[in-house]
Amino acid sequence: MAQGPVQDEAGRLPATGGNAATIVSEAAHAVLPDTASPTAAGPSGGAGEKFRRGEHLIWLTGSALGTCLLMIFGLLAVILANGLGIFWPSRLEQLTLKDGSLVAGEPMQRQAIPGSGGPGKPKAYRVQLKVGNRDLYGADFRWIDESQIQRREWPADLYLVERTEYGVLIGVPAKVREGERETTGAGVAAVLQQRIAAAQRDRRSLRRLEKDEIGSINYDLERVRLANRKLDYRLSREPSLDVSAERQRLQAREAELRARYAQLEQRLDKLREAAMTASVGFRTVDGQQKEIATLDLYRAYPANALSWPSRAGIYASRLWSFLSDEPREANTEGGIFPAIFGTVMMVFLMSLAVVPLGVLAALYLREYAKQGMLVRSVRIAVNNLAGVPSIVFGVFGLGFFVYFVGGTIDRVFFPEALPTPTYGTGGILWASLTLALLTVPVVIVAAEEALAAVPRSMREASLAMGATKLQTIARVVLPAAAPGILTGLILAMARAAGEVAPLMITGVVKLAPELPLDGFFPFFHLDRKFMHLGFHIYDVGFQSPNVEAAKPMVYTTTVLLLVIVVLMNVTAIAVRNHLREKYRTSAF
Amino acid sequence: MAEQPSRTTPGDAGLRIRTELPTRPPEAAPAPAGPPDIVCSGVNLAYGENHVLHDISLEIAPRRATAFIGPSGCGKSTLLRCFNRMNDLIDSVRVWGEIRVKGLDINAHTTDVIEVRRRIGMVFQKSNPFPKSIYENVVYGLRIAGVDDRATLDEAAERSLRGAALWDEVKDRLQESGLGLSGGQMQRLCIARAIAVEPEIILMDEPCSALDPIATLKIEELIYELKERYTIVTVTHNLQQAARVSDYTAFFWLGKLVEFGSTADLFTAPREKLTEDYITGRFG
Repeated sequence: MAQGPVQDEAGRLPATGGNAATIVSEAAHAVLPDTASPTAAGPSGGAGEKFRRGEHLIWLTGSALGTCLLMIFGLLAVILANGLGIFWPSRLEQLTLKDGSLVAGEPMQRQAIPGSGGPGKPKAYRVQLKVGNRDLYGADFRWIDESQIQRREWPADLYLVERTEYGVLIGVPAKVREGERETTGAGVAAVLQQRIAAAQRDRRSLRRLEKDEIGSINYDLERVRLANRKLDYRLSREPSLDVSAERQRLQAREAELRARYAQLEQRLDKLREAAMTASVGFRTVDGQQKEIATLDLYRAYPANALSWPSRAGIYASRLWSFLSDEPREANTEGGIFPAIFGTVMMVFLMSLAVVPLGVLAALYLREYAKQGMLVRSVRIAVNNLAGVPSIVFGVFGLGFFVYFVGGTIDRVFFPEALPTPTYGTGGILWASLTLALLTVPVVIVAAEEALAAVPRSMREASLAMGATKLQTIARVVLPAAAPGILTGLILAMARAAGEVAPLMITGVVKLAPELPLDGFFPFFHLDRKFMHLGFHIYDVGFQSPNVEAAKPMVYTTTVLLLVIVVLMNVTAIAVRNHLREKYRTSAF
Repeated sequence: MAEQPSRTTPGDAGLRIRTELPTRPPEAAPAPAGPPDIVCSGVNLAYGENHVLHDISLEIAPRRATAFIGPSGCGKSTLLRCFNRMNDLIDSVRVWGEIRVKGLDINAHTTDVIEVRRRIGMVFQKSNPFPKSIYENVVYGLRIAGVDDRATLDEAAERSLRGAALWDEVKDRLQESGLGLSGGQMQRLCIARAIAVEPEIILMDEPCSALDPIATLKIEELIYELKERYTIVTVTHNLQQAARVSDYTAFFWLGKLVEFGSTADLFTAPREKLTEDYITGRFG
């Protein structure tokens, strides 16, 4: 038993030195009675002393935390550096090689030539240039030995051009042709930018014509076709039915739609023709010529003659088009907006499904079920569900949701469309439900904890007022448990946003022509397939024909996925904190 | 020890004071203020194997305050919770014997327990306002009964808060959380919540045990005012409080009703030695 300073018979405490160090050391000795030698509290305390005090544990735990943080931030830094750096418009080098040829491009990386170097020999390096012009050279990237480089320059008139096909073009714009007129020489730069802006407007109006107007006619034509099929189906059931009037009506409608279609097609062709009259002629550094219609140009800039604000402007514009455009060229170029949309919509649908399911299940388990063996085994089963590999959930989703439920829905509601499945194939609805099943154990566990944490006194107060159990749960218990339930939802969203395996077989595709949400009734097309950021990373990184070109896309998509998950979590946490303030007594 | 008064004397509600040992039920005489609100006849309660209440028979007079006193664990809170069937919330509890509230047998199968609880209000030892605004706390009982009309709710809120002597302190902050009040205010909020639905009987389970002396005084004054309109049954550890506030007192010991009578009589001239020992502080 530790003792304080002992009083002598007169009740006086022993005189201590006024020195703070001795007082501290005396206090330390009072607390640690087994300290052998009274060392002064100072740096001369031995290593054995430190070990006994447990200082090594502080270092151990601190360094473990430090390592974790280092790993996390290191990963984030690598992803961010690689991902966000690709939008920066960097300078283009023009290399004159020893054999006289010219090569121009963006320097990507530099490495030692494998096999070079050794005793006495200096290491040889090579540099990778992104030379673009895939249609002319066959490959986007080229390795060049540094020993072969005779001269490096950065010509001010070298342009980097983003276009519809074949990746980027690196060259000098020689002339601009607008119908009959040609511009060459010094005026080319200004006219080029004008034409590019005009091309953007043209593309937009062409797109609007295609997607909105022609698209709605296609949609109506499809409805007419389905109506016809429905009549066929009904006739096959009751051959005596008289459908001639309806058929005539449908035929008339179809004719009218086709006439409109033809009109619009004509307009489209005319617009396209008008737009195609403008083109730009480029000359590459090795002397080849290439003419591109301005309609196919997205962006062109002189990479070595830009000021910092212009570079920043191009960076911002590229970032924006990454987020808002559709993908091109097998997902290696363009934007990833459909994938962002698909991911967010799927997580949203999944939350809609998992919260009621999980909360109601937790309510039953905690409030209504008789607590016995059955309830305990249900709880064990639910907890174990969290350990099942996600691909197994995918297979279950395929078998149950897609084939069984979807097939039944097709037979009952859409028999005329068969054998083409409507709901009997993968789609955003089935994918969301599969992921909801995947994350429901997490929500059930969190909801049960939250419900159990609501103090008994609150329930008793409500029941003593004459509330039924349902009223007590709805008005008192659930609102008080809401912060904990939201915690469960946050965990569920974080898990679901990153899962890819179950989605691959229940409704994700490499390229989806339409979004699951559009302006045509019924607006939410839950039978459509969708794109997903996680799957996009896999697809672009490992399934694309041009891996080098795709690499930057992988990093950027990863950054975006992280940002979206963080945003969703932050929103949910903010809502939870707000609720926690309101319902201060809940344990979460 | 006192003599044996067998007839009613003016002043008390005419209850026969028990002179026998606690095993035999008392003879009840009709109260002049009206028939008794609660009549217990041979009430027993057991948790599993644990027999907690033994043959309790008493009557609670209308519009009077009755106090249950006794040492810890003697079953007074348990009996109190029997009156509004709050013991149903505990598993493995068995009640037998008859409890009639205004003539209605509350343990019968046909009785709607929700109705019983609506007519009986309860205030707990540790005040438990809901994590809602003060206004919503007070009108909770009305809302669950289906009253939605804003004017009715407003009027009921003001009436109850005035009745609980809380109106002046909170009238400007009705939308603030009920949890932001002091201990005494929270307990008065719970009382306001209980009286908002105009119950016939209010049960209070040691309402002041968690409060400081000044808050306790305020609650006691409140009980004194409330008993003119409501029947109040209080469980209390505080003998002086029982003596100050109640008209009738019942003394329990180890699950049995030892003595029941008017407060004046029980405290000045208790019938049983056990009662006298407890009141004079020899145990408990």
